[in-house]
Amino acid sequence: MTAPTVPTTPRATGRGWLRPALRSRRFAAGLALLAVFVLTAALGPWLVGDPNAFTTDLGQAPSGAHWLGTTQTGQDVLAQLVVSARGTLLIGAASALIATVVSVVVGIGGGFLGGLADEALSLISNVFLVIPGLPLVIVVSAYVKGGGAWSTILVIALTSWAASARVLRAQTLSLRSRDYVLAARVYGEKRWRIVLVEILPNELAIIVSQFIFAVIFAILTQAGLAFLGLADPSHLTWGTMLYFAQNAEALTSGAWWWFIPPGLCIAALGTALSLISFGLDEVLDPRLRVRKVSA
Amino acid sequence: MRYLLRKLGFYAIAAWMAITVNFFLPRLIPGDPVEMMLARQAQSGPVEPGQEEALAAMLGLGHGNLLVQYGDYLHALARLDFGLSVTYFPSPVTDVVGDAVPWTLVLVGAATLLSVALGLTLGMLAGWRRGSWFDSLVPSTTFLAAIPYFWLALLLLYLFSQVWGVLPLGGGYDETLDIGLSGAFLGSAAEHAVLPAATIVLSSVGGWMLGMRNMMVSTLAEDYVVAAEAKGLPPRTIMVGYAARNAVLPSVAGFAISLGFIVSGSLVMEIVFSYPGMGFTLLQAVQNTDYPLMQAVFLVITFGVLAANFLVDLVYGFVDPRTRQAR
Repeated sequence: MTAPTVPTTPRATGRGWLRPALRSRRFAAGLALLAVFVLTAALGPWLVGDPNAFTTDLGQAPSGAHWLGTTQTGQDVLAQLVVSARGTLLIGAASALIATVVSVVVGIGGGFLGGLADEALSLISNVFLVIPGLPLVIVVSAYVKGGGAWSTILVIALTSWAASARVLRAQTLSLRSRDYVLAARVYGEKRWRIVLVEILPNELAIIVSQFIFAVIFAILTQAGLAFLGLADPSHLTWGTMLYFAQNAEALTSGAWWWFIPPGLCIAALGTALSLISFGLDEVLDPRLRVRKVSA
Repeated sequence: MRYLLRKLGFYAIAAWMAITVNFFLPRLIPGDPVEMMLARQAQSGPVEPGQEEALAAMLGLGHGNLLVQYGDYLHALARLDFGLSVTYFPSPVTDVVGDAVPWTLVLVGAATLLSVALGLTLGMLAGWRRGSWFDSLVPSTTFLAAIPYFWLALLLLYLFSQVWGVLPLGGGYDETLDIGLSGAFLGSAAEHAVLPAATIVLSSVGGWMLGMRNMMVSTLAEDYVVAAEAKGLPPRTIMVGYAARNAVLPSVAGFAISLGFIVSGSLVMEIVFSYPGMGFTLLQAVQNTDYPLMQAVFLVITFGVLAANFLVDLVYGFVDPRTRQAR
């Protein structure tokens, strides 16, 4: 995954950017796909039956009665998939939100304050950046066993804020010396007001894009953790579905309808979010737009 | 030289922070982990005297105040004394980890190099022919990048082993063979590495490609590229020698983030293939609540990633002289 390109000229935010963004095919496609997932997560659980209900149809292939077949214990795969969408999205959004808040505080705070505070904060973010996240997450989850969904969310958030903090710091450093910020200082505006009113709004596009990548990262990490059996198995997510499928040897028994859909959903959701982010980048950085060139 | 020292200083601090985090983490374990480990070891066989102290020191839970505990912990670490593994009792943890390291190192190392080379080349070509049919394929790699490694592994395993039966179902080598430098063993190891390596390459190549493509597009607009074109240099020379050489720099600089991603993904992927590397060992440790083994695996992986990043930073300082002069 590459960090999104930092736009060279921050645009004023407002309603002005949404219309050209929708003209980008990628952005529109991503948004439509995301809307499907969000609607499924919001309304779906009421439309399908109890995902944990056992039936006598054990390990059946897709049919009219069970569109995506059943698990080894006769649970409906489609019902599990729909209910898992909610769990997965909630964990992804919550971890990403916490990670983004931390990165905004560390990145913008450090970049704006400068001096020793900046040195210390950027050292910490760089260290967090080079220490691989997942092994740390696995070890912590193994230690605090049985912490439920919130411990998963916190652990993921704490290992995923560093990259975006670095991007935001770089942008803040560049904004800090712009004329309008200097003017605000000369007026004697308070520091927190300069940060909140002059700097933060101009970094909103980057923050949104970083948030989107944080959601993807959180969903992938959660899926990995759950697959290892380190997330609360009673909290249904696509990752826990894959965990149960793996433990029931769905692979060797050929029950492809059990382990393929959850992974496909994770990949599709990730793609939708990336498309939205790239669409935003294209709108903000016209150089990336595809133009026909006569080569 | 100053660049080198500064980088060395940074990685020393990063390593120290990893060690210190590792010192504090066992305090999160509910109950008394030392007692628990000893009881479990006693079930598997006689526990030698001195094990309790060694274990307590390694988990940072020895006698005395925090500073003494920290000192004991560092001392144990310096002697690489991780104690005995519970999972593979009575093998020392260092032996267990030592057996697993080469598998991951070779697999992840080779697959990463392959993926970087492939991704950068394809990205260069896509950026060079911006707007062509080839360039329009690039966005589809976002789908590959959003796939969890372990699920792609499941899918490949299902297709190639279960349905078509052309590749082995898992493990690192044919277990009837002895580990050694014999042709039969190496062939079997290579055969078992095909699917894991393919998983890593497929999942990570898109990121390199996309980053390189976008930088190529920006670089091609630079004056020196226009000047080279005006001079009438062959397109190949401009593409490789002028544009790509400069466009590749951010990819090198972004290696740290990518490597963390690849290593994390590979750990979970190894479990799908029962590949006898660090990820598989870590899972064994987690499933058996083998704290000493978990600690060792965490530290080894972290140090491996730090070392790789340090090497890449050295290369970066060499290929981009500007970084050496900065500050």
